[in-house]
Amino acid sequence: MFLIYCPYCGEEREESEFHAKGQAHLARPADPDNSSDEEWGHYLFFRENPRGIHHELWVHAAGCRKFFNVTRHTVSYEILETYPIGEQPRVTANQMEKPA
Amino acid sequence: MTQPNRLAQGGRVNRDRPLSFVFNGETYQGYEGDTLASALLANAVSVVNRSFKYARPRGIVAAGAEEPNAVVQLGASEAAQTPNVRATQQALYDGLVASSTNGWPNVQRDVMGLFGKVAGKMMPPGFYNKTFMAPASMWMTYEKLIRKAAGLGRSPREQDPDRYEHFHRHCDVLVIGAGPAGLVAASVAANSGARVILCDEQEQMGGCLLSTTETLNGKPANQWLSETLDHLAANPDVLLLPRTTANGYHDHNFVTLHERVAEHLGDTAPEGMARSRMHQVRAKRVVLSTGSHERPLVYANNDVPGNFVSGAISSYIHRYGVVPGNQLVVMTANDQGYRCAIDWYDAGRNVVAIVDARPDADGHWVKQAEERGLRILKGQVVFDTKGTKAVQGAWVSAWNAERFALTGEAQLLECDAIASSGGFSPVVHLAAHTGARPVWRDDIQGFVPAAVKGQLPTGGCNGVYPLHQVLADALDTGITAALDCGYEASRFILPEVDDLVESAPLALFEIPHTKATMRAPYQFVDLQNDVTAAAIELATREGFESIEHVKRYTAMGFGTDQGKLGNINGMAITARRLGQTIPETGTTVFRPNYTPVPFGAIAGPHRRELFDPKRYTALHSWHEQRGATFEDVGLWKRPWYYPIGNESMHDAVSRECLAVRNKVGILDASTLGKIDIQGKDAREFLGRVYTNKWEKLGIGKARYGLMCKDDGMVTDDGVTTCLGDQHFLMTTTTGGAAAILEWLELWHQTEWPELEVYFNSVTDHWATITITGPNSRALLREITDIDLDRDKFKFMEWRQGTVAGVPARVYRISFTGELSYEINVQADFAMHVWQTLFEYENKYGLTPYGTETMHVLRAEKGFIIVGQDTDGSVTPEDLGMQWCIGYDKPFSWIGKRALSRPDTSRRDRKQLVGLKPLKDDVVLEEGAQIVLDPNQPIPMRMVGHVTSSYFSPTLNHGFALALLMDGHNRMGEIVFMPMPDGQVHEAEVVGTVFYDSKGDRQNV
Repeated sequence: MFLIYCPYCGEEREESEFHAKGQAHLARPADPDNSSDEEWGHYLFFRENPRGIHHELWVHAAGCRKFFNVTRHTVSYEILETYPIGEQPRVTANQMEKPA
Repeated sequence: MTQPNRLAQGGRVNRDRPLSFVFNGETYQGYEGDTLASALLANAVSVVNRSFKYARPRGIVAAGAEEPNAVVQLGASEAAQTPNVRATQQALYDGLVASSTNGWPNVQRDVMGLFGKVAGKMMPPGFYNKTFMAPASMWMTYEKLIRKAAGLGRSPREQDPDRYEHFHRHCDVLVIGAGPAGLVAASVAANSGARVILCDEQEQMGGCLLSTTETLNGKPANQWLSETLDHLAANPDVLLLPRTTANGYHDHNFVTLHERVAEHLGDTAPEGMARSRMHQVRAKRVVLSTGSHERPLVYANNDVPGNFVSGAISSYIHRYGVVPGNQLVVMTANDQGYRCAIDWYDAGRNVVAIVDARPDADGHWVKQAEERGLRILKGQVVFDTKGTKAVQGAWVSAWNAERFALTGEAQLLECDAIASSGGFSPVVHLAAHTGARPVWRDDIQGFVPAAVKGQLPTGGCNGVYPLHQVLADALDTGITAALDCGYEASRFILPEVDDLVESAPLALFEIPHTKATMRAPYQFVDLQNDVTAAAIELATREGFESIEHVKRYTAMGFGTDQGKLGNINGMAITARRLGQTIPETGTTVFRPNYTPVPFGAIAGPHRRELFDPKRYTALHSWHEQRGATFEDVGLWKRPWYYPIGNESMHDAVSRECLAVRNKVGILDASTLGKIDIQGKDAREFLGRVYTNKWEKLGIGKARYGLMCKDDGMVTDDGVTTCLGDQHFLMTTTTGGAAAILEWLELWHQTEWPELEVYFNSVTDHWATITITGPNSRALLREITDIDLDRDKFKFMEWRQGTVAGVPARVYRISFTGELSYEINVQADFAMHVWQTLFEYENKYGLTPYGTETMHVLRAEKGFIIVGQDTDGSVTPEDLGMQWCIGYDKPFSWIGKRALSRPDTSRRDRKQLVGLKPLKDDVVLEEGAQIVLDPNQPIPMRMVGHVTSSYFSPTLNHGFALALLMDGHNRMGEIVFMPMPDGQVHEAEVVGTVFYDSKGDRQNV
């Protein structure tokens, strides 16, 4: 069971208070009616499935009800950061590939 | 009653407290402090079980969690039956009753043994897969037979009388294993100020210190042990948990500990005490001081009772004062075997020989053995055992390690016990639970834990074995743990321990035989699952190269012991056959639990009424008094129907339906999800999440809304009312309430944070009472000040007023097709309003109805239930609800774009239709598959299925809703539903509205 830091509550809480909501930073095409079938299909159905760094959307369902982002390693399950909606991750896969 | 193998003195048992116990029907005596295993060995009980596949007699081989054979059924009474208990871990108590889990009619005279001898030869690896393959329908029958023959115990048939507890704990440092390493690490961390939990699976803390002859500070180990434990116990920030197994290591240092609180006291826990307790610990750092397991060697007939791992013999002698035999032969590839022989000799029994596979060894323990004049056969091996139910001798020969072959003449050494030692395997199981693969180290010939954040393996678990090195390693670990948790590490003085020189061990796993492996007598690798070296060789010959495949094919490590003794040997044997190294062959995955955990401990207090929360409406007690039958809807208990006397469900529902259609019915609709939505952009937001239009909905009006996901599929529906220009009340399906609130928050927080809108669940704040039927207006008029005139309070409007003297919001909306009012009042007024309505019960024929009647009435009107008539693959257009789609709304609302995708706009999608069975008395089965031609060969082409089906008492025939391919173009066609019993039902495709298609009845 994960221990997750809610960036709004400012505390680490048990995973059971949260719901995972899939991949983070999914952008809904700005003009849906003029997007192609391919573009819309991509937005609806295509998701990353990386071995390694993954940015995920979570919600503090049994807490503040706020959505936020989590950068998690999908092999070690280590959570490297959590950050509010609208912010960009500081830890990225590209960054991790570089030698420290 | 004598205990022939019990020494007159020594051991940590209390000879003043004899305990009586029963094993396989025989009564024996042991002492307080014994385990069941030590007491059985004291009584010279050699056969404790029959093996899994070949039904061979088996005895105790180990002294701890790794024991593969002595797995027993415990319990004097039916209710106390506990399967899968390792006798080596079960403390003896007075009146203990245990039996072997295998062997019929008993372990001494086993009929299956004969079968095993004959049929065993015919049961190569993959036997089950190969033999029980066809026909597939018979698998369930085979499986029962296999299970019975496997004999791994049984569950009780009566209810467990015991209580189990769950604790949540938090600490800085959790130390698992209270051997020398764990004690030092815990002491250092605790002295530094850290909050420490120290747990150990055994009855007493101390690990190897309980059976060592080494001295600490020049004194017996026991003195340092008790001083250290006293010091820890005196620290209020230290929690000591003996009899506590860390059985699961989960993500982010979440560890589950199973504490056997009363399992050493009796069959059932004493009054007021829990039998066992599950601690769920979150620790900043976890110190793994789990030690190591000694590996036995693989030689022929190494399963005959009387074969032990060598360290187990030392444990039985020093901890329990038990020597399991008189004449010992030791087979070793390291100095550990010498320690065992010395302990045996010092206990006054005869050591026949120490057989050392190494050509020369001159370490401390070797010299000790030589000083005692023990016979040492160097460069030789034990390759076979004489005896069937008990060891009678050991076959010994010189050997050549390079050629992996015996050399010279074999000789038989007569003995009644054989101890073997192939080296040590760190107990890496917990470290592997979170998915990290252990790492092979050539220098120690073993796997150690991989580096994982927050995890600190130390001592034997880290591949460090000599005591003085273990203590130093643990000191470092304790300091690291303290620093990691933000404490300044305190000084700790390690006890003085002699640095005993050990001679280099030999990497030895299996021993050659005079015959080739495939022809030699059984050389067991996994004793619990009867996996032999030959079986592994066969698997590699048949092409299995991955250790994971070999494991599955042979079932190695699949027992309840997870192959603690045999896995490394199995990997080494596989590696040799494949011409690889062990790290190339890899290791397998260990999973929780480390040792079996009773279901009671896992369930803890979460049973009966605490198993799952239940939600009751404010009117629940009234429903109960009225004799309602309840249905679970989500967590809610909802009245299903209200039978009168012995009325059947069918009769009750018919009566309730007719009451609504002809007079007036009343429904507790409080469970509907209710979300209060406010803010200047609330209206805009509704327009984006609903398919239909909201910009013109005036105050006092209500509107039905349909919600899609962005893939265009219907996800929820409900009526939303306009309470103020910036204030709405949304209702959702009962089951969807929480999910829809989260859905709205998701879109607001992540896509449209610029909209000013707020959501709040008010489901529990309001009770909803629906009165529906031709008499509903007259009934409501009796107790309200709201003007109910048909032109002043129209369909799809709401009014504020009082009902039965309390403030109420009344909605004129209908889910039955009849004139209806939904009365919403503060939940704690609900009973008063409900009871006031029932003062007019006889005057208007007021009848309470439940969810079943609600379903019949709504289906007669073609009203869908999201989740029953839809399944996440149904668009509003599939439902024929184009009237509810605002195609020209300015904002591209959720789901709109997907409706024009090629697959979503196909004309022949499955569409919602009505079905009218050709025979009036037929009620189609919900879920029945629809075909167009019932005479086509199987498998038939299925073109849809029935989603809702009822008997209509109003229409006096069965009717159904269904999703049917191209259904909207099939009106009037006949479709078929073939049933499993051979019947074929026929039905006509019709519209979805079966009753009052013009809607006149709700507009009166």
